[in-house]
Amino acid sequence: MKTILWIALLLPFACYAEDEVYSLIIKDHRFQPAEINVPAGKKVKLLVENQDATPEEFESHSLNREKIIAAKSKATIYVGPLAPGRYTFEGEFNSKTAQGVIIAQ
Amino acid sequence: MLATAIIIFREVLEAALIIGILAAATRTISGSRRWMVAGVVVGLVGSAIVAASTDVIGELANGIGQELFNAIVLGIAIVMLAWHNIWMSAHGAALAADAKAMGSNIKDGRSECSALFVIVGLAVLREGSESVLFLYGIAASEGSGQSAMLLGGIVGVVAGIVVGYGIYAGLLRLPVRWFFNATGMLVLLLAASMASQAAHYLIQADLLPSLAAPLWDSSAILSEQSVTGKLLHTLIGYESHPAGMQLVFYVAALLMIGIGMRLVGTRQGDASNKK
Repeated sequence: MKTILWIALLLPFACYAEDEVYSLIIKDHRFQPAEINVPAGKKVKLLVENQDATPEEFESHSLNREKIIAAKSKATIYVGPLAPGRYTFEGEFNSKTAQGVIIAQ
Repeated sequence: MLATAIIIFREVLEAALIIGILAAATRTISGSRRWMVAGVVVGLVGSAIVAASTDVIGELANGIGQELFNAIVLGIAIVMLAWHNIWMSAHGAALAADAKAMGSNIKDGRSECSALFVIVGLAVLREGSESVLFLYGIAASEGSGQSAMLLGGIVGVVAGIVVGYGIYAGLLRLPVRWFFNATGMLVLLLAASMASQAAHYLIQADLLPSLAAPLWDSSAILSEQSVTGKLLHTLIGYESHPAGMQLVFYVAALLMIGIGMRLVGTRQGDASNKK
């Protein structure tokens, strides 16, 4: 119960954040674009839209992120602030084709 | 097929390890098995429901519903594990005394069993829903090779259960004088790694600052995708790119539950000394 209350208290702060938004589309088990350039040292917001009929899991160990995106739906993933460098990510459920990279500079 | 088996194995492994450790820790408490089986069944049904409502959950709270859901599930599991461990320290002496006889008569064994039920149910729920979604994706996609992939799924489930049973059987082989300390320590570390995972979800949802991201990068030494990495991830909370806040949560959980166990354990010790 305490956890829920505590999260509810923190919720409004999530709405204040004004972050740069980057769109990413999953189609035919591929990311479009497969390469995203973001500024280093800044928090960015990824808006991932899964246009496929099957669910996908956005996963990146280097970004420390994992999120399931249901079929035909959108999801928000906050990333960073990142040090300059390359950060690979993949769609775990279709990792043969669903590969991408975020370049922070 | 192998890729499918590995993905499912990774999901099942976490729940299987939690169940294996708890099954060993509570083997002398009467009724504990039945409650754990009930937890697995309810968890499986729940994971199908969660999988089917992924889109609804995901859209809650401005698109961070999934992170909140996971953090809350983990939060409840941590409280239950803490309660379990503190309860075990309080009853450790009594349990050790009749560790050889199955089914001891501990008064509040029932509440311990409901905690077990919740922990097992939530572990299966969390890991199961991802497996269900993944397998659904295979079943729904067109093309050949589906049966091979589904077979891979079954291999993954079986392999996960084998490892879970392995840790259970291994713990039972420990001498009684080490047994309670070992299982207590394992459960404590499980709870701490769940606290770190909960922090991970709250950072991902942008509800908590990361403090340092990453705090270190040990992927060159031990990848999280390797079997050893995944095992250590579940057992002690190993991460190759943890955020600073995750470590704060991890240490806080260790300290709070550890101190709780110590306090209750000492009080229990005093009481039995006076007799």
